[in-house]
Order: sequence, then C-alpha cells, then structure tokens
Amino acid sequence: MYSGDFAYYAPTSLGEMLTLLNNAKPEVKVLAGGQSLIPLLKLRLASPATLIDASQVPDLRMIADSGNTITLGAMTTYFQAIDSPLVQQRCPLIIQALRQVGDPQVRARGTIGGSLAHADPAGDLPAVAMALDAEIHAVSSNGERSIAAANFFTDVLTTALQPNEVLKSVSFTATDQPATGTAYVKHRHPASGYAVVGVAAVVRLGADGTCQEARVGITGAGAHAARARGVEQALAGKTLDEAALDAACASAADGLDLMSDTYASDEFRAHLTRVLAKRALAEAASRAHSQA
Amino acid sequence: MRQTIKLKVNGVERQDDVEPRMLLVHYLRDRLNLTGTHVGCDTGQCGACTVLLNGEAVKSCMVLAVQANGAEVSTVESLARGTEYHPVQQAFWDMHGLQCGFCTPGMMMAAVGLLKRNPNPTDDEIREQLEGNLCRCTGYQNIVAAVRSAAEKMQSTPAAAPVTAGASGE
Amino acid sequence: MAVSRLFGASVKRREDPRLITGHGAYTDDMKLPGMAYLAILRSPYGHARIKRIDTSKAQQHPGVLAVYTGADLAGKLNPIPCAWLIPDSDLKTPPYPALASDTVRFTGDGVAMVVASSPYIARDALDLIEVDYEPLPVVTTQEQAAAPGAPQLHESAPGNLAFNWKFAGGDVDAAFRDAEVTVKQRFVQQRLIPNAMEPRGAVAQWTPGADEVTLWNTTQNPHIARFLLSVVAGIPENKIRVVARDVGGGFGSKIPFYAGEALTVFAARELGVPVKWIEDRRENYLATIHGRDQITDVELAAKRDGTITGLRVNALSNMGAYLSTAAPGVPTWLFALIVPGCYTIPAYSCDVKGYFTNTTPTDAYRGAGRPEASFLMERMVDLLAGELHMDPVEVRRKNFIPADAFPYTTVTTLTYDSGNYQQTLDKALEMVDYQGLRQQQQQMRQQGKYLGIGISSYVEVCGLAPSPAAGAMGFQGGLWEPATVRVLATGKVIVLTGTSPHGQGEETTFAQLVGEDLGVPVEDVDVIHGDTGAIPMGWGTYGSRSTAVGGTAIKKATIKVLEKAKKLAAHLLEAAPEDIVADHGRFYVQGSPAKSVTIQDIALQANLGWNLPKDMTPGLEESHFHDPTNFTYPFGTHICVVEVDADTGEVKIRRYVAVDDVGVVINPMIVDGQVHGGVAQGIGQALYEHAIYDEGGNLVTGSMLDYAVPNATQIPNIETARTETPCPHNLTGVKGVGETGTIASSQAVVNAVVDALSPLGIKHIDMPLTPERVWKTIQAAKASPTGAN
Repeated sequence: MYSGDFAYYAPTSLGEMLTLLNNAKPEVKVLAGGQSLIPLLKLRLASPATLIDASQVPDLRMIADSGNTITLGAMTTYFQAIDSPLVQQRCPLIIQALRQVGDPQVRARGTIGGSLAHADPAGDLPAVAMALDAEIHAVSSNGERSIAAANFFTDVLTTALQPNEVLKSVSFTATDQPATGTAYVKHRHPASGYAVVGVAAVVRLGADGTCQEARVGITGAGAHAARARGVEQALAGKTLDEAALDAACASAADGLDLMSDTYASDEFRAHLTRVLAKRALAEAASRAHSQA
Repeated sequence: MRQTIKLKVNGVERQDDVEPRMLLVHYLRDRLNLTGTHVGCDTGQCGACTVLLNGEAVKSCMVLAVQANGAEVSTVESLARGTEYHPVQQAFWDMHGLQCGFCTPGMMMAAVGLLKRNPNPTDDEIREQLEGNLCRCTGYQNIVAAVRSAAEKMQSTPAAAPVTAGASGE
Repeated sequence: MAVSRLFGASVKRREDPRLITGHGAYTDDMKLPGMAYLAILRSPYGHARIKRIDTSKAQQHPGVLAVYTGADLAGKLNPIPCAWLIPDSDLKTPPYPALASDTVRFTGDGVAMVVASSPYIARDALDLIEVDYEPLPVVTTQEQAAAPGAPQLHESAPGNLAFNWKFAGGDVDAAFRDAEVTVKQRFVQQRLIPNAMEPRGAVAQWTPGADEVTLWNTTQNPHIARFLLSVVAGIPENKIRVVARDVGGGFGSKIPFYAGEALTVFAARELGVPVKWIEDRRENYLATIHGRDQITDVELAAKRDGTITGLRVNALSNMGAYLSTAAPGVPTWLFALIVPGCYTIPAYSCDVKGYFTNTTPTDAYRGAGRPEASFLMERMVDLLAGELHMDPVEVRRKNFIPADAFPYTTVTTLTYDSGNYQQTLDKALEMVDYQGLRQQQQQMRQQGKYLGIGISSYVEVCGLAPSPAAGAMGFQGGLWEPATVRVLATGKVIVLTGTSPHGQGEETTFAQLVGEDLGVPVEDVDVIHGDTGAIPMGWGTYGSRSTAVGGTAIKKATIKVLEKAKKLAAHLLEAAPEDIVADHGRFYVQGSPAKSVTIQDIALQANLGWNLPKDMTPGLEESHFHDPTNFTYPFGTHICVVEVDADTGEVKIRRYVAVDDVGVVINPMIVDGQVHGGVAQGIGQALYEHAIYDEGGNLVTGSMLDYAVPNATQIPNIETARTETPCPHNLTGVKGVGETGTIASSQAVVNAVVDALSPLGIKHIDMPLTPERVWKTIQAAKASPTGAN
C-alpha cells in the first residue's frame, strides 16, 4: 500500500523528457495515466528509482485525422478518445473496446499510450491495435520510428520499445468505409475486469454481401495480443453465415501461446477465443450489413 | 526529494511539500485531515477513495499527490452546501443507499462523476458505471435506486445539477 | 400532538448524515498527537522454520522507533486464545503466538513488526528485516491434512486433527436400512474471504502512570475484545477501554480478537506513544479470517413418495493454521444443529472433523455454519426430487414441518419457535409464476436454451442466544445483553446498548423502539454503542442477535422507565398510578385526556428531584439485563431463475425473489437492505468467490484483482416480500435478518443452474459456478452417454 521512494520529474517538453530518459538514475519508468503502474508501485512489485511523468508534455496530447488513419497522442485518455467525434466516426472499434476497459475512474486516467506500452496480456486496446493495423510511433534522442502493431507486442508486459524510447502516438486505420463493421467482444474477468479473452473484429463486405476483408485481433488468451490470420483467410470471399463462421473460427486459437490461471485454463481460453471470435465477427458483419 | 505542489482542494488553495511517492489519498487524509475519503484496497478495485480530479471521478489511491499539482480536487466533504445536501447525498439517505458507510463517499463521488457524463442513465448504465466501486453491504440495489433518484431530481431541478461536461452517454 | 407510529415505519437512518458527509469516525480516521505507525512483517511461506531474524538494519533506519520480534513478546504478550471450546470433541488448542518465533504456519503469519514515525517509513523498514526461513512441507486442504504421513502443524494435534465432534438423533442406521431410495452427494463449501470494505485496524493509547489503555478497534464486539486483550496483554480489564465508533462492515471477520490489535497495544505500552496499525487489503486477505471451507459427504434416506426418513452427514472442516476466536463452534454447533432445516426428519447424524492446515485461520463469516447447512439440505432435496422425478416443490411440501406443529422440537433438540414454511413457499411461487416459468422452460429447451429455476426453503437459528445454551456449547462467554434507557432533563433520550452495530442501522431501529414507547420523536433518541467506557457490558453484534436480544433488553428497560414515569405522572396529576394512561408521550388519568403531563415534563421533574413521591429516587433512567429463553428461527423461500450460456458457461440471473419471515419488522427499509446485502454475498459464493491456495501455501487470490467481490453488474435486482410470524418468546416479536439472505441464496442459484442443465443429466456442480466449471461440466455430460456426475 506504500510505495518505495523514487525521484520524480514532470518534463514539459518532449526534448526534456528524452534527456531525462537518457540521463536519469535507472531504473526509469514513464508514468502515463498510472492506472497499472501505481498499483505495482504500491505493492512494491515495481521499484523504479526514477519516475518521469508524461502528463505535462504537450506533444503527447492530440487526436488528429491523418487520412486513412487517425492518430491519437500517447497521453490521450480513454475518456478523451471515447468523447472524440472523430474517433466515434472513423474508428468506432476503439470506442467499442474502450467502453469496456476497467471502470469509469480508470477510463478517466488511463491512456492510449500507457495501455499499449504496458502491454498487459489481458489489456483490451492491444486487440484493437492489432485489428486496426495500428502503427506505433516511438521517439528517442536518435529520432522517430514507427512500429507495426504486429511487431510491437513481443511477450508478457514486453514490447518492441527500447528503454530510451517514448511512445509518442498511435495511428489506427480508419474503418469508416461503406459496408464495414467492427465489434469488440470480451469475456471479462469477474474481479479485475481485464479480458480473459477479448476479440476485436473488422469486417468489410463486398457488393454481393461476401466478406472482402476480415481482421481479427485477440487479447487475453496468449502472452500478448495477436492476429487470427487463419480465421481472416478462411473468411475471405465467404458469405458470413453460421457455418462459415464456425468453420473459420475453429482455428481462432491456433498458434497462440495460451495462458492458464486459476480462473481460466489454457483449454478454456482457447475455447473462449473460438466462441468470442465468432460472436465478434457476427456482430461486426451485422454492422457491416447495416452500413451497406 | 520532496516536491512542492499547489492545488485547489474543495475550493481552498493549498501548497505543500510532499514526497513524490505520496498518494493523493494519503495527502487528503493525512495532510488535510479530509478523512471522508477512504482506503479499501491496494489495487484500484474498490473505489472507496474516489474523488473528483478536475471534475472527473478518479481513484485517489491510483494518483500520486504530485500528479495533482495544479489540479482541482473535490472530496465528499465538499458535496453539501452548508446543511443542504447534494442531490446524490440526499438520495443515498432517502433510498437507504448505505449501510456501514465505508464505501459511501467513494460511491457518491463516482455517482456524481457518472451523472456528469450521463445525466439520465438507465439502471443498467448505473450498474455498469459503478463497476469501479465495491460495496459489501447493500447488494447495490438501493445504491442504484439512489443514483436514479438523484438523476431524476437533478433533471427536474437543473439548479441542483453540477456542470455537465461531455455527455456522451458513456 | 400525537407522534406518528415509529414501530414498523421505514424511518430514514439516524447514522447516515455523518456518513454521507464524510464525517464518520472509522478507526483509520483517528489521529493522535505524536502517533506512531505499526507495520507487520508477514511470512511469505506457508510453513517454515525461522532460522534467524536480523532486525539491525531496520532498527537503524531513520524514523524507526522500534522493531520487535516474537522473542520480545515473551512474558509480555500471551498467545491469542480460542474462546469456543466445544466439549466432548477432543479439542486441541495449540498456542497462537501474536508473532511467530520459531515456526510460521501460514502465509501471512506475523514474524516481526516495525513502529515508525510514518506508515511509509514503517513499510520501508519491513524490507530491511532479514529473515532466514527453512521451508517445511505444506498442507493446505483438510483432506491433505488428514492423510496418513501428512506434514504436522502442531505437536499437540496428532494427525492435524483439531477436533472430532459428533451428534446423533433418532435411529439413523434403521432409516437407511429401511430406505426405499437413498441419495448421496459430496459438497464442497469453498473457502471465502469476508471482504468487509473497511480493512481491520487498531489505534492504541497508553497512559503511563494510570497504566490505562484506550484501544480504538475495528470490532463487532468491543467488550469481548476488552476481555481478551486483558487475557493476552495482562492488563486488568478495568484499565482497558475499547472503542468501536464507526466500523465499516464485519460479516463475522471482526468478531475475533487478532494479533494485530494485541501488537498495537503492546507497542503503545512499550513506547509510551499512541500507535496506529491499519492492515492493507493484501494483509486483510492473509491475516484476517476466512470463511466456510468445509467438505461434506451427505446421504439421505427416503420413501418413494418423497418422505425423507434419514440423513447422515460427514464433514471435514479446514480450520487453518490456528483456532480463531469462535472457530470451533462454527462448523459444529452452528452448522450441524440446523442441517435438517424446514423438514420433519426423524433420524440424523453428523460427524465433523476439523483439521489444521497451512492456511489463514477460518472463523465465522456471514451465516457461519448455517449457509453450509441450508445449502446441503436444499441441494439434497433437489437431488431427491430428481431421483424420484418429482417436482422439487412437492418434495418440500411433503416434508415441511406443518404450520400447526410449532413450537417444534427437532431431531437435533432445537425448539423452533414459530413458523409457516408453506406460506413463504406459496408466496414465492406466486411471485415468480412458477407454472408459467416451467412452461417457458420447456419452450426454451426446445430452442436449445437453458433456463433454470432454483428453490431454497430455509430456516435458520439466530438471535444468539440463551447464555446457558452458550455455556453448554462451550462458548467462553455469555450471550445476554444489557440496556440502559436514560431520559435527560430536557426529555432527550440516551440509550446504551451492548450490541455493536456496524452498518445494520440499530441507531435507528433502537431509537424507533424507544421513541415509540416513550412517545418521543426518533430524533430525540441517541443510541450509544461500541464503547466499553460508556456501556456496562455487551456481547456484540453477530448471529443476527442485536435486535432480538439487545432490542428486547432495550424494550424492557423502556418499560421500566414508563412505569416510573407513570408513577411520577400520577404524583403530578394527583391520581393513582394504576389510573394513568401513557399515550404517545402524554400521561393522563384514564378518561380525562384534557389534563395531561408530557414525558418531557416528567423527565424534567424526575431529573430536578424537587417534587417526587416519597419512595421515588431521582432521575429517569432504567437498565435491564436480558437473557433470552430460546434462539429465534427466521425462515423463508428464495427462488432464483437463471439462464445458462452453454457456449461460454456463463450464468445470467434473470430473476431473484426473496420471501422472508423474520418475525415482526421494526423498519422495513432496513430489513430489505439486509436481505439485499445477504443475498448478494450468497450469490457471490455461488458464482464468483473462491480463495485459492497453491501447493506451497501461497494465497493465489491474494488481491481484489483475483478474488471477485461482486460488483454492481454482477448482482441482480432482488424482489423482496415478507410474511410475518412473530417470535413468541420476546416482547417485540422480532427474529433477526442479518444473515437470512446469505443462508438462503447460494443454493437457490446452484439449484437453478443444475435445473437448467438437468436435460444433460447434470446433477451437481460445486461452487463457485465459474464459466469454465459450468462449461466443462456441460462438455463432460455431452461426452458421457449417461450424463455427468
């Protein structure tokens, strides 16, 4: 309940933040919304020597339309994203998922960048990042680079970010095209509210009603968020009826590094992944139909 | 390495030196003697410590006091105006929305936060949006009734309603 | 100026204004000049020998006042005693030291403590204490503990057996020999964590010279805490004041006397400064008692027409590493005597073995033994109904104790005071439209959907208790209650009660009781509780006893006040006392209401003492010490309707109806609230809650991230209704409502889920009915040609 001591800095520019990141006493942790990190500090499961609070850096706060994508600054809170007309219109999947994150108090403080950088295997947003082919923009004193979501989540609580890098913003592919629908379906842990399994789905239908494209992101089941590419491929060109969804989703858990705990075994997680993939795809397809 | 923070708590300007590790809830309780805000867990589940930070309901055990530098904080002690209760307080009393009372300050602050975002919630929405606040006594039934009753009162007498921000229905 | 009737009215609570404005006075809100903060180092091992403790670094840490280990307590702090010494059971009570000095026996066992100038520094210093442990083999379940060759926890308890308690009534062997049908089932009552929202804590202030201590404590029974502190710390009882002003829920977990408060007093006495100890939630999960954790093997004998003829129960209870204050009484007396429930069962036996394991001690958790009893009985009734292809309603009707049979003495020698079980069942069936639901169930089954209806008819024993019964059961205390009703000169009233409400609302219901009889507004009555310095004695709040026992004491004291008031009124009105009518605060001569004196007039005269009858002492204050003649027996029927998602195993409660008969009701609003909360805890056990240890004795569900305390989305709307069958043996007719909801509800949910899945051949699923468990049971049933189980 009482954190260990640490040095605290609240830089007011990205440059200052990067300098601190390079020079401060290790271990250095970046503090975003704090909704994951502060409990870890209190339980002394994390004991960084230095905390860099990202909240005063203006460059990390933005919501921008970037053509085929929309870009959210790392320090965009869940509520800011949820309340954004741009996000609502162009990336409703983000809203569908963020409404199911934690609870309202967490949604008030928690941030897009914090969630992705923390890479909790049961976080909701990583599934969305996968399904929306997100590009994660990282910055360090050496410059900027972009990392595809597919390459970003590497293990439990582990990402492709380097210790001297800051997650600056994330670009999500917009889905406001005709005949396109999205859905996020989650089996919520009864205590933590995290995703035991969460499935984010994007479905784009052709003029004939068949599936032109499906993208499926999965969280909770494995050590990190993943794409269900087998499911996506199996659905291409298919009419999304019960039989087609059943057949395709049978492989939804294939290739996942399945986790197991006292609440849900690996076997049950695999099963939930298949069931929820089907439900998410059906819901997305139904929305796509109504958009057609 | 202590830090100086300046913030406004329940309308009063404060300036204090704090250790960076000090939680906002400990600052409120131990420094300012605002003991209406309670601590019920370590991990951010129970919500007993909920306060308004710049108008939004947050868990003050998941915020460092230094993070509240420059902010406005409202605690349960600020809800009533003199002897006139806030509609949410009044409704918790009227509807028997509390038993042991320990979760109640956080529960009410969460309710104030949810009614700002969603002034006319359904019962299901109230339940969903109080998910971050645990109560072991009431089974939530009368809490839901209290929030509904407060919403109705605040709708019918807008003067009683706090400033509404970003009503997205979330 | 007639006062409207208070008794039976939903009066808004008197305690709420301070609580809704943030001005409650919980233990952690206490701040004293110069206060120091205590933190306890707890064992990370389930079972280990302590080879070495080095506290030197911690002692040198700036801001640390003192560091203590078990060795420092020698001769100053005695072990924590067990206070329910069940007779004829070969009970073993190995010492429970406040800090372990040679062996730790559960994860969370105290090893050392730090007192520092701030809680942050105290916590920092814990990290500087070095302890070398030699891990020992661990047993976490009662079955492991009972196995031959199992690791032993205590030398004085061979085979880890804490006790073996037995009861038998009627000819059980004959019942099974002659049975036309028998049903067998094993039930697992999983371990639960009580989760009062306020963690436990203590503040102690020692006054050197006077050698007195004041202990602010999160307790349900401050006088018991005073007594046990006296025993543990060697402080004369008259030098101890225990205060529990506002307590943030208890549910049984704040009955026991714990190491934490003893250590806080010890530190305050050693250091001469006020000391505060507040557990965090992690500590609460490890070191505050757990509940339930009982495995029962049950056999039931019956006739083919559904008449139950015999019942045999073998129970294995997990007591944890030590015996907590009331622990032995919970899985024995409080469980076994009420197992036969609402039914006329002529033959019954029960054998209970309690085992020590390397886990947190268990003790009373809301319902305490009675939820376990009603669960197994109501599950067995449903299993019998399934076996005989009878409607579960009919099996209940067939075996109910008839309404005209009360008072009814059961096979367990309890005398049920009053009841009408048929009536609550009928009312609940009507509320849910039982026949309509069964039709709907059939239709949904044809669509491949799983709708289930679960019935639970219960009777419980509460209103604890006649003190002679407590003594016969080995409870090391009485269970009577004192009350004082004091009318001040201004006519305002102070009531002292030995019960210690912590959310149940007795500041209001007791004010209603007194206000009704004295004819004063409820606002004029203040109920003082939770302070041994103000209240002569008391046994506390648990076992749904406050209103039946403490309330009756208040009622009797109030009657004495009224008698004196009448005498004084007669004196003032120059009439005979027997001619005086007391009418809502006005006193007049029968037939002459125009000339009256008020209770306020009388109070003033009594307190002034200027003009009293010759034989009358001044003041208007009366006390009464009430010991009930029997327990009370609330009853009712709850019905739960669920839908099961067979693809995910998720259970959705569609309706929950609770028809309870808790005797006469003083405040319906408060009674409904008690039912809501009780049902929520029962649903929590049925669907969500489970304290899980791994093989090393580590509590896997060690935080609220893992242990599911139900939130608002997980509890349905609860439809309440009541019948009212007064308790015949107390003056108000109340029975008690604190635990009924929990005692009634778990099996209503489980019966509903099993009913939903019965077409698959599923007969039982152990709690909690998590999605995976339900899904796996469905898978197994589908894979088996004969169904599951």
